[in-house]
Amino acid sequence: MIRGKTWKFGDHVDTDVIIPARYLNAPEPSELAKHCMEDIDKSFAGAVQAGDIMVGGWNFGCGSSREHAPVAIQASGISCVIAASFARIFYRNSINIGFPILECPEASEAIKAGDIVTVDTETGKITDETTGQVFEAKPFPPFIQKIVESGGLLPYLKEKQGK
Amino acid sequence: MGMTMTQKILAAHAGLPEVHAGDLIEAGLDIVLGNDVTTPVAIGVFEKAGFTEVFDKDRIVITLDHYTPCKDIKSAELCKTARDFAVKHNISHFYDVGTVGIEHALLPEQGIVGPGDCIIGADSHTCTYGALGAFSTGVGSTDMAAGMASGLNWFKVPPAIKVELKGKLQPFVSGKDVILHLIGEIGVDGALYKSLEFTGEGVSELSMDDRFTISNMAIEAGGKNGIFPVDEKTMEYIKGRFEREPAVFEADEDAEYERVVTIDLSELKPTVSLPHLPSNTKTAEEAAGLHIDQVVIGSCTNGRMSDMRSAASILKGKKVADGVRCIIIPATQEIYLKCIEEGILQTFVEAGCAVSAPTCGPCLGGHMGVMAAGERAVATTNRNFVGRMGHTESEVILASPAVAAASAVAGCVAVPEQEG
Repeated sequence: MIRGKTWKFGDHVDTDVIIPARYLNAPEPSELAKHCMEDIDKSFAGAVQAGDIMVGGWNFGCGSSREHAPVAIQASGISCVIAASFARIFYRNSINIGFPILECPEASEAIKAGDIVTVDTETGKITDETTGQVFEAKPFPPFIQKIVESGGLLPYLKEKQGK
Repeated sequence: MGMTMTQKILAAHAGLPEVHAGDLIEAGLDIVLGNDVTTPVAIGVFEKAGFTEVFDKDRIVITLDHYTPCKDIKSAELCKTARDFAVKHNISHFYDVGTVGIEHALLPEQGIVGPGDCIIGADSHTCTYGALGAFSTGVGSTDMAAGMASGLNWFKVPPAIKVELKGKLQPFVSGKDVILHLIGEIGVDGALYKSLEFTGEGVSELSMDDRFTISNMAIEAGGKNGIFPVDEKTMEYIKGRFEREPAVFEADEDAEYERVVTIDLSELKPTVSLPHLPSNTKTAEEAAGLHIDQVVIGSCTNGRMSDMRSAASILKGKKVADGVRCIIIPATQEIYLKCIEEGILQTFVEAGCAVSAPTCGPCLGGHMGVMAAGERAVATTNRNFVGRMGHTESEVILASPAVAAASAVAGCVAVPEQEG
């Protein structure tokens, strides 16, 4: 179970604002985290607390294929991202690195910045404790759930090879 | 229910008689690609998981094209990581400074990718190879690592949007105008998770370079891939380049499409995308007169030979306007050489343009044309997001090479016009 304070962003949050290309030459997660969301919210990297939850609108993570984007968000301390929809490469990348993301247009719209939210990634249940509202995100299909549970695609492949 | 072209290629690579939209499948890969930004991360993931061998040294492509020739020490370190890995694993298709071109112009040119292939690349514009009738999609570094380790990856079979093309393009209207128009119509997430299947009589009127540009920007509509049928032009293009046996797939008559979009090519005008989304389209005429500081002609979208010729036809005997910096980047060494042979390079330099060796550089605000606050560029690149080409208060207007060249001469957004 995940519980944290939310950071709210709008529609079409692209990977260039999540982690600008000028920082891609230093791909260590801790370095990326220092500049996460810098071009859209300069206060974010300094103020985000471990366990906080990010909420975006439609087409979250659009643009470049850079895996540095979900890595930066994860390394900044964010525990999961809830969005109305995700751009497909960002979606794959998050699953592949074992980072929980949830697609839920209703939650994306209703949750306000700073709300305290709990998320059950197994069932997809999202509870806004501040307002008392409850939302249901569609849980991952079993195959993808297995990848996330293994800690990402490569550990999953390794496990499969070992069998 | 029949299958789309994309679904047929995926079924064949998954060893299944048929697949349906939404199915999760595991498919065999013909080519796995990465660049100097994404490959080092993939190598880290590959080695951390304990893999020591690549699945096939001839099926992996590594291109050092983004920050090269290296812009700083950190990028030099990244390139070195990728280079050492390529040498260690004896990767056949490894391209370094001197042989490298912008990946999505280079792979088709070198005959590494072809019809019927299933390709993943750790670069979002990997969808470019759909122009050759391949299934080709952008992925992340972990996907690349998995592909390098196993030659396999997982896919969710996409539903499709059919884009029916008819008519013929007017002079100074190109593939770039087609795709910008389409993105303006359906939006930056109009094709999210879906395949864009280009079809119709208008396809035969489009050159291969036009098709590469169109497939290249499928991702800018959120698409998983953008695919063209294989025709005589495709076969002519791959002749002498592609050595494997091409596999030609056709959509079934009763394939299912979620939506059909019809574009009459003859009605299209030179089109631009204003900041800060590729879907923010206007005709060049509507945007004409907007002040600019820089022009960039190049990138995986528009750095091909026909793009160079188009720009040269407008710049010949002209000068870049005072106060405008015009940067031209032929996408590969082969294109660069042809520009020399055809006198195009001379035209560019005489016009006052800076011509660079192949690099993605300015497109992603990496190097070779980064902008300051308050500056604005017309670029033949693919994204005009906030801060894409430099400062967050700089702006990018996306356009074709013809519009970009005409704008360089005019000193503001301009419509290319026939001489005399």
